[in-house]
Amino acid sequence: MTTTSVPAVHAAGLHKSFGKVYAVRGLDLTVQPGEVVAFLGPNGAGKTTTIDMILGLSAPDRGSVSIFGHTPRGAIARGQVAAVMQTGGLLRDISVRETVQLNAAMFDSSRPVDEVLARAGILEIADRKVEKCSGGQQQRLRFAMALVSDPGLLILDEPTTGMDVAGRRDFWSAIRADALRGRTVVFATHYLEEADAYADRIVLVRQGSIVADGTAAQIKNLASGRTVKASLPAIERGLLAGMPPVESMDYDGGRLTVRTGDSDAVVRYLLNNTGAHDVEVAANNLEEAFVALTGDDAAPESTSITFEGDLV
Amino acid sequence: MSAATVIQDRKPSAGGVNRTFLWIEIKRMLRNRRTIIFTVFMPAVFFFIFGLSNKDKLLPNGHSYGQYILISLTVYAAMTAATGAGSQVAVERAQGWSRQLRLTPLLPGAYIAVKALAALTLSLVAVVAQFAIGALAGVTMDAQTWLTAGLVAWLGSLVFAALGLFVGYLMPSQNVMQILGPALAILAMLGGLFMPIEVMGETFGNIAKFTPAYGIGQLARSPITGTFDWAWIVNVVLWLVIFVAGAAMAFRRDTKRV
Repeated sequence: MTTTSVPAVHAAGLHKSFGKVYAVRGLDLTVQPGEVVAFLGPNGAGKTTTIDMILGLSAPDRGSVSIFGHTPRGAIARGQVAAVMQTGGLLRDISVRETVQLNAAMFDSSRPVDEVLARAGILEIADRKVEKCSGGQQQRLRFAMALVSDPGLLILDEPTTGMDVAGRRDFWSAIRADALRGRTVVFATHYLEEADAYADRIVLVRQGSIVADGTAAQIKNLASGRTVKASLPAIERGLLAGMPPVESMDYDGGRLTVRTGDSDAVVRYLLNNTGAHDVEVAANNLEEAFVALTGDDAAPESTSITFEGDLV
Repeated sequence: MSAATVIQDRKPSAGGVNRTFLWIEIKRMLRNRRTIIFTVFMPAVFFFIFGLSNKDKLLPNGHSYGQYILISLTVYAAMTAATGAGSQVAVERAQGWSRQLRLTPLLPGAYIAVKALAALTLSLVAVVAQFAIGALAGVTMDAQTWLTAGLVAWLGSLVFAALGLFVGYLMPSQNVMQILGPALAILAMLGGLFMPIEVMGETFGNIAKFTPAYGIGQLARSPITGTFDWAWIVNVVLWLVIFVAGAAMAFRRDTKRV
């Protein structure tokens, strides 16, 4: 890309440890203006630690962060970045409207309070005390607060944790509508469906570093190949073991599951040389890519990958 | 270089000390029932218990005990109010609000300034309420005395606003006032706000002179005792410096650790 624009986020060589525990190790991330990026990883992958460093809430041990070419603090002072945190950050004893008014008072100029309340879908509960709001309502309130400065970059840290399905959908449709106006959005999540449904780009993190980065389709391709399932007599379970296209296999309850780069060869062999029946072939989905790339026993360059779960 | 760098600083004027911020802070305090109990109700009860019965007894210089006790308890009310207001930072830290504010251009100094102004507002409420109760109960003083004692009690409470901030940044507790409440009562006692220093005995009397409520109490009562000592001013200033320094240190420690 021959863009000359300053990246919305540029993080280089981020390291952060807490005592002996490495939370983030050597993380590089560049987000261009207008992108909607999912920061996807299991719990404990270092997502929140990374977001804290991007926002300047904690200092990296090594590495640097810039937001629209400024330090995090500088970008905050310019109202260029706002965040929706996972928990906290709200005063329980004031109303929804007061919370947004208070946040607006921290900037020299801001969007009208009722406008951001409406955009977050909480105008009708503006006079409700924060402590009386549901988790989903509080999260929309955090979103409204983040909209006050009309930031170029919005960062959300696991924003829908604890919400029910409907609340989650409503929340994301508000975010989605907002992102269409050109705002750059980076959100951390451990929900695959959220990353798949709402992001242009998925950054997969595992144990403090990025293991994959691309569109949902590209990530799926990383865990390339197909999965072949077949019912097989136990006595024949070992027959495939030496075949080159077999990347991994699993046998459970009379059912064989083979992950392979050449499903045709595997199926042909199964049907010609074994008593296999009820054969299914399926392309790997994002969930499998996710498990493969971020699982505890997966190494970034891992070649032996075992899949579990249903095929789509 | 690029469009992004053209965006100007959007720090609020005066760093964030503004009417909206201050007004919401004050509303929060006045809505808090516990605050009102500590700052208005309890000192009033103390006055009815200890003050009314001795109201008309006379001090050696001709002023009444009623005046002495009213002013002392007003100082106590103001210091409790200011400490309570300052210590609310503990609650805000626990709720993650301080962290949220770090995502805004608000300057830390402005936050502290608003907290101090809010504390002064609450202690003013405490002073006015206490004086009103005293006046209704029949304590009479000349205008000069009302004004001087009131101003000293009010402005002196800044020392305790700093104490509240100090403890609020030190402790993670949601119930910081449950610890500070009894501590303030002890400081008030040692500072001669619940009984005259002279009746404490020599050892306690000497200790009392170094405690933070002593200087403010002595200065607030000076219009009726007719005495003045620079040591009282020194006491107030020293404790203010100690608590502000402590609060600043605790604040830095708090914002560094994430």
